[in-house]
Amino acid sequence: MLEKALKGSYYYWGWLVLLLGVIGIAFLAYLYQFFEGLKITGMSRDVSWGFYIGQFTYLVGVAASGVMVILPYYLHDYKAFGRITILGEFLAVAAITMCLLFIMVDLGNLPRLLNVILYPNPTSILFWDMIVLNVYLLLNIIIGWNVLSAERKGMHYPNWVTPLIYISIPWAFSIHTVTAFLYAGLPGRHYWLTAIMAARFLASAFCSGPAILILLCYIVRAVTRFEPGREQIRTLAGIVTYAMILNVFFLLLEVFTAFYSQIPGHMETFVYLFRGLEGHAKMVPWMWTSAFFMLVSLVLLIVPAFRRNEKILVLGCLSVFIATWIDKGLGLVVGGFIPNPLNKVFEYWPTIPEVIISLGVWASGLFVLSVLYKIAVSVKEEAA
Amino acid sequence: MYDKGKILGGLLIGIVLLLFPVYYNAGRAAKAPERVLTEKAKAAKQCVEDLAYMKAQHMKILDEWRQEVVRQDTRYYKSSDGKTYFKSLQLTCMECHSNKTQFCDQCHNYMGVAPYCWDCHIAPKENG
Amino acid sequence: MMGINRREFLKIAGWSALLGAGGKAAFELLAPGEAEALLQPTPLKAKQWAMAIDFTKMDEEVMGAAIRACHRLYNVPDMGNPKVELKWIWKETYEHTFPTQENEYIAEQFHHHNFLVLCNHCTNPPCCRACPTKATWRREDGIVMMDMHRCIGCRFCMAACPFGARSFNWGDPRQAPKELNPDFPTNPDLPTRSKGVVEKCQFCAERLAKGQIPACVEAANAVKTEAMFFGDLTVKDSPVRKALRTRYSIRRKPELGTGPNVYYII
Repeated sequence: MLEKALKGSYYYWGWLVLLLGVIGIAFLAYLYQFFEGLKITGMSRDVSWGFYIGQFTYLVGVAASGVMVILPYYLHDYKAFGRITILGEFLAVAAITMCLLFIMVDLGNLPRLLNVILYPNPTSILFWDMIVLNVYLLLNIIIGWNVLSAERKGMHYPNWVTPLIYISIPWAFSIHTVTAFLYAGLPGRHYWLTAIMAARFLASAFCSGPAILILLCYIVRAVTRFEPGREQIRTLAGIVTYAMILNVFFLLLEVFTAFYSQIPGHMETFVYLFRGLEGHAKMVPWMWTSAFFMLVSLVLLIVPAFRRNEKILVLGCLSVFIATWIDKGLGLVVGGFIPNPLNKVFEYWPTIPEVIISLGVWASGLFVLSVLYKIAVSVKEEAA
Repeated sequence: MYDKGKILGGLLIGIVLLLFPVYYNAGRAAKAPERVLTEKAKAAKQCVEDLAYMKAQHMKILDEWRQEVVRQDTRYYKSSDGKTYFKSLQLTCMECHSNKTQFCDQCHNYMGVAPYCWDCHIAPKENG
Repeated sequence: MMGINRREFLKIAGWSALLGAGGKAAFELLAPGEAEALLQPTPLKAKQWAMAIDFTKMDEEVMGAAIRACHRLYNVPDMGNPKVELKWIWKETYEHTFPTQENEYIAEQFHHHNFLVLCNHCTNPPCCRACPTKATWRREDGIVMMDMHRCIGCRFCMAACPFGARSFNWGDPRQAPKELNPDFPTNPDLPTRSKGVVEKCQFCAERLAKGQIPACVEAANAVKTEAMFFGDLTVKDSPVRKALRTRYSIRRKPELGTGPNVYYII
């Protein structure tokens, strides 16, 4: 089926070449980082994780969201989703690819990457994250490829794929739970040390992922002859709505605990993010933008007339994307480090090389996504 | 065959690229490594182990030493001829072989090997 | 330390005699490393190493001596920029050393006065749980050790440490500003680190193996006696236990359950 990715319009090839160009430039930026060290990023002794890990966290959420299409279809026989399960699975593959790339560019000593496999430490959540993410990647590749391949031949997929599909459902929940555990078990970081971290992660994953999937469906509809389906998009929109409600609810729960208890350790990071602490306020406009778009997305999604209007739904999904990307891709990771364990504030902001490298990783993910979607859509166009 | 032109053309380019090292270096021989022993090394007669063993296994010895010293806190090595050595690249090996550029680097450069030990471990100061 | 035992005495006496007779020539006959090996000093051993810092003895001179001794021994450069700074032991005010002990009206001698902070070598270290490659682990003698050969630079341990004790080499430490580090490396007997690995205090494991107490303790006590104590917490009459028994002491963030082993006698 790979040959389907090699036949395409000028727009298709132009898009791929553009992505390759971005990847090429980012690769040069990465070489600069490889030889100079991570000092070229905005990270510091106090904020030792930054944009790379923030993006990784956000994208694990997007990857997990594939389950929001798989679960209704396979466990509840919601036949309509059968049209787009492959789009969800391939989105997961692209997202996990980006996650792994972000981890790799963030490592201080990348040549020693295999030490995680050679000298594993089962008490380390990073070890388990590596396992669940890679297994999930494999699951989605195998399942997606075989189901699509069978569809192309007009057959039912082989029986051995079925147990893998059923495993992938709880596995999707596990990848984001384990990623949340990276943060939620660290005794020194009070912004993260909360039981609701995993629940918040899942809620924000299940609104941001399907929102991206809806936007991708619109693009597929616009540039190909494959129609993902109006009913499918409507159901997905409903899922995004409930997940976003939960996401905002959980955030407000956190705010309540912090500010009603008035315990400084709980409040300080929120104060830093939304008001500024000791004169440092770089994140403030971003966090309020995120809050604003969370509200906007709630309005656009909850009101049925807006949600069912596909043009307004696009705005709703974009709002979800902006809100969750800022909250998880920037606010979460940076917030955990501010104030530092000695109660001092040292701010973080990504540098230009850091952003270029990140764009390169996003471009790599989009490249994988485009190629896989091209194959999937070509098969579906044929079958139709 | 189909696409005969493309295939033969591609093959030709491939072979030209593959054989590049051969004809680029044709007629020249790389300088063989000339290891120079310091006076101290000559006086010691034998390294931690005998010459053949050291030639083949010094990397393995160093790898084992670094694991044992750092992770097990066992800092002394009993060689096969009963002598005890303090396991240290800087303080033991380089004390005899303090002429790194004329000893270690000779073979390493010839083989195109660049051990990263020296990123951290401090190479002995050499004159000139 | 209970003074030298008979074996130590005989070793020292024997070597003194040989040195007296043969002088330098005697040493030259031995292969490198062999001298150290033959003189195999008795390492200091413990079940739980701990340190007690007497705040009442701390002044800028004592603390400066301790910090300098450590950073010079281990080639820790002054990077000159807090963003990328490397520090194994440093000074913090009372407010920052004990942030959960807020006390606006605390006695003058504590207000804004500096404490020495370093890795606490916790009994229950979250950093060791977090490390995916066991590049940092807790030894049986309680020291939380670093293996620079294995560290992949993921910095998870830095996120896990509740005390901010760890530093990361954001760039090559050998490229530290020459004006701030004119005689770098300050100790050619020990390595530096390379870019991309985490580093921190290791309770002078190399010195302990040679029977010597940590450099900071030695240096501090050379300025003011009994400024710092170092010993085995499980030995009833170790220097640390003796100090802790008679004076009030506190630790940083004990409520987190990490079991820090650096005590502050106030």
